[in-house]
Amino acid sequence: MKQGLFPRLVLWAVMLFLLGPFVIVFLAGFSGGETLAFPPPSYSLRWIVAVLQAGEFRQAFGTSLEIGLLATVIALLLGVPVAYAMSRTPPPGMAVIKQVLTSPLIIPAMLVGLGLLRHFVLLVDAPVFLGLLVGHVGLLTPYAVRVVYSSLANLRVDIEEAAITLGATRAQTFGLVVLPNIRGAVIAAFFLAFVTSFNQVPVSLFLTGPGISTLPIEMLGHMENSFDPSIAALSTLLVLFTMAFVLLTEKLLGISKYM
Amino acid sequence: MSYLKLQQVALGYGNAKTAVQGLDLEVARGELISLLGPSGCGKTTTMRAIAGLIELRGGSITLDGRDISRLPPNKRDIGLVFQSYALFPHLNVFDNVAFGLRLRKVPAAELRQRVEQVIAAVGLAGFESRLPAQMSGGQQQRVALARAIVIEPKLLLLDEPLSNLDAKLRVQMRAELRRIQRELGITMLYVTHDQDEALAMSDRIVVMNGGKIEQLDTPEQLFNAPRTRFVANFMGFENLFDYRDGQLHGSAGRLPLAMLPPGTACAGWRVQQVPVGRGPFSGRVLSRGFLGETVEYLLDTPLGQVRGMAPATLATAREGEDVAFDLPAGEALLLDA
Repeated sequence: MKQGLFPRLVLWAVMLFLLGPFVIVFLAGFSGGETLAFPPPSYSLRWIVAVLQAGEFRQAFGTSLEIGLLATVIALLLGVPVAYAMSRTPPPGMAVIKQVLTSPLIIPAMLVGLGLLRHFVLLVDAPVFLGLLVGHVGLLTPYAVRVVYSSLANLRVDIEEAAITLGATRAQTFGLVVLPNIRGAVIAAFFLAFVTSFNQVPVSLFLTGPGISTLPIEMLGHMENSFDPSIAALSTLLVLFTMAFVLLTEKLLGISKYM
Repeated sequence: MSYLKLQQVALGYGNAKTAVQGLDLEVARGELISLLGPSGCGKTTTMRAIAGLIELRGGSITLDGRDISRLPPNKRDIGLVFQSYALFPHLNVFDNVAFGLRLRKVPAAELRQRVEQVIAAVGLAGFESRLPAQMSGGQQQRVALARAIVIEPKLLLLDEPLSNLDAKLRVQMRAELRRIQRELGITMLYVTHDQDEALAMSDRIVVMNGGKIEQLDTPEQLFNAPRTRFVANFMGFENLFDYRDGQLHGSAGRLPLAMLPPGTACAGWRVQQVPVGRGPFSGRVLSRGFLGETVEYLLDTPLGQVRGMAPATLATAREGEDVAFDLPAGEALLLDA
């Protein structure tokens, strides 16, 4: 079908708006200069190499990865059973439960971070890593519940009854019939939660502490102190990393239909 | 001795009032019995209770001499074929059928043999590696049946298994179900709202209404001698009228009709038993439908609406015209309540 000129112009404008900033960051990341500038005075890989060698970034990347994976797995272990219970035997006060489970998506994450800091970390003197982990789990669980719940709501209950009449226990029914059919949603929830954790700033801001920092927080700190192109270089690397990750999983699993 | 026995069974959902009350039913081994009734009559609820998918509020169920009232559904050895087929979408035909045998830890060689045998029996040999989504409704129905019978259940329950198929396939599958039931000697409880289906397949039929059994009889008895107005109406006696003091009482008024035996409270006629174009009564044609050999009429009469029939060659009356009709006393179905 032949498209009109106007929709095409809008399309290109939106693409430019969305991708333009990244192009600037991308080019700045390959800068050969000393400060963050656009267009860069010259091009080189020196900041890319510098970022890859910087100890504090590597450590923060490791922490982010660790927190992200652990928090995501715990959020799924909590979220999948909750979603299952909600979809199959709606408890009394279902509407309230749904609201509570959505509230972390509505309440500013800043407040969650501050609250956790004052009432968990300071009050019980929890270690920094644990505080971070708890904060992230609390943040990610609603995502896990939401994504898995919507998939479960579309899964017919009668196939579970069929499994039971064929001799399956409740646990076997869940493992042999339910789980294989919501597999895609669980994987989608995993990626969504992990990316959310990995990019998390507000909650982490309050909960990171001496010696332990996540990558976004480390980047924020670095930017406050120095204005060199290393942040642009790091961002470029992260975007490429994420793109490769998403393309790969999409190719292997086709998860976009669950998002 | 009865093989399946329901005694004073009471059922309901949640806090709602009971859906089924005081239900007694006995089924012999190898019998095919239908639960027939309109939607909401409690037939599916009863079936689900036998399978153990809903709990009894009262009464008991025994199967093969054992009280199964409190037995969990996965221990009952009762096969269930769902109206929606309920095939496992992530498993192919072979694995769907093998599901119950795998849970029973049947050795691989025996499993393969039994699964293939059943798949062949339902006419799906060669389809083993297909996924349910790649099959037609009729084929999925066969898979559901194969999956339920391969475990050699003590009892096979079918919940309107043919209602999602087109008319031609439905008739074909009826005969096939009956054949498989006979060959395996399996005791079958068949839930349907389609009286033709129930009449064609069953050894006996249970007509249910409002959570109670209206009549339990052979297809012939049920068709020819229904005992209640509800069953009569369900079996095609669409012209049903109260009878008092030598008069028929309809919704609109009365017509004299002598000579019905004393004690008759209700008289009924099938559409085919009401000739249109001759007779002592008269009505106005509301609509007519051409059926080939015959024409079916809906008449507005002093009694209310009456359905009748005339041979196509004599059916000259059109909508809005007055026409004669008869309610032959000798052919009437007579009910005393």
